[in-house]
Amino acid sequence: MAGNLVQGALFTVMVVRAGMLRDTAFEEELQQQVGRSPRFFLNAPVVLDLKDSEGFTTEEAFLDAGEALRRHTLALVGVQNALPEQISAAAGAGLAVFAPNSTQPSRRAVQAGTGQATAASAAIMPAAITQSARPPARLVTEPVRSGTQIYARGTDLIVTAAVSAGAELVADGHIHVYAALRGRALAGASGDVEARIFCSRLEAELVSIAGRYLVSEQLPPEQRGSAVHIALVDDQLTVTKN
Amino acid sequence: MTRPGAARGREDLVAKVVAITSGKGGVGKTTTAAAFAAGLALRGHKTVVIDFDVGLRNLDLVMGCERRVVFDFINVINGDANLNQALIKDKRNDNLYIFPTSQTRDKDALKREGVERVLEELKQQFDFIICDSPAGIEHGAVTALYFADAAIIVTNPEVSSVRDSDRIIGILASRSRRAERNEPPVETNLLLTRYDPARVAKGEMLTVEDVQEILSVPLLGVIPESESVLRASNTGTPVAFDEDSPAGRAYLDAVARFLGEQREMRFVQPERRGFFRVLFGRA
Repeated sequence: MAGNLVQGALFTVMVVRAGMLRDTAFEEELQQQVGRSPRFFLNAPVVLDLKDSEGFTTEEAFLDAGEALRRHTLALVGVQNALPEQISAAAGAGLAVFAPNSTQPSRRAVQAGTGQATAASAAIMPAAITQSARPPARLVTEPVRSGTQIYARGTDLIVTAAVSAGAELVADGHIHVYAALRGRALAGASGDVEARIFCSRLEAELVSIAGRYLVSEQLPPEQRGSAVHIALVDDQLTVTKN
Repeated sequence: MTRPGAARGREDLVAKVVAITSGKGGVGKTTTAAAFAAGLALRGHKTVVIDFDVGLRNLDLVMGCERRVVFDFINVINGDANLNQALIKDKRNDNLYIFPTSQTRDKDALKREGVERVLEELKQQFDFIICDSPAGIEHGAVTALYFADAAIIVTNPEVSSVRDSDRIIGILASRSRRAERNEPPVETNLLLTRYDPARVAKGEMLTVEDVQEILSVPLLGVIPESESVLRASNTGTPVAFDEDSPAGRAYLDAVARFLGEQREMRFVQPERRGFFRVLFGRA
């Protein structure tokens, strides 16, 4: 049993630069961002990046930072890039200390909405605690029947058989269907605006990326039955023939 | 997968539970269950057909044994009667037995453990156990397919029926006992009923190819829309006993394919009035 007491797991957490917390424009920006995808941000874990930030040498400072994030439904869980004196203060405030920054800024910055990289949206980016950021893509080789829902949490979904009318594919990443797509496909379900949908035959009831959607009758009729990819361009769902 | 007939010793046989299901109502499940059971019996296989449609008992009518029902499936599940008291032997074929259900109870009376015990007992006596499923995807329908080794999906050539069949195929693949135990999947076949080639040609019904494309399961047969089906139901004769009717012959073909034979698909083209027929004015 002892072997099961400690298990490893990978999580995606957001990293907020500590300096940003002192910027008044940041709170406003953060509030807007959370307002756009409230479910995604609800109780979401946050790591405070202390790189190049002065201060934060007292427990108090970390408790205040935690309080500020809590107002936006976020949960401060730890710090990274902390100096030795910051480490003891953070530990005193009950925060975990993550290894010095080994994560690269993700190419998948959460920029729900505007498409312009604002100070805040550049500051908040999903980063992984370890280097492998996402779980492997979920692969489905059997037909997806009416009434079935498949969710690829935190990753891409690849389906190599037909997706029936009345079936639903949901992925936090991209969705690929190498057959007829007749049901619904919702990519970027947690707000990733970079997610795309690819299918070799578009007959979908509904397609959606990061909450924007098109229903069957809004899909361009000339693209019905074709191989297409669907992306969010300037906040518009755009269907392109392959 | 040709199965040995009933003549062989029972020890080396593995009985097969076959669910007749569709999701949608009124597509011909009970007609198919009766015809299929009759067809298997005609081929020498000892067969029982069970009515899972508790509360809406119909199978006994279609099989023409409604006046001989004393005990039913629910009585046996509850231990109020034994199997042989409830089984009704068909008067036309010695290999065929009917297991009627209760008209006064509802589907909640189908306790899974009880159903399993009864099916295990039936497996000792029969080659094929045909389960006539109720419509829907609720408890009764799921219980009827839960223990299935094979399933026949009855579909009409129209979109709502096809979609409901698709849903049922999904349930078979995920919620049957075989799926839960990670055993080989339920052998699933499609039977297209009430097919009217003339209306298909006019675009009023889906074609065989359309339906197969959507459902992508092997096609066991196409049963043409036929007056003989209604007549058979009303007279309590499984349509497979009527070898003169196209529907009866189509069911016998489907049974043969189910037993592993190759047979050409019939009744999928509209009947054409040939050149000579037109010339000589013959109907």
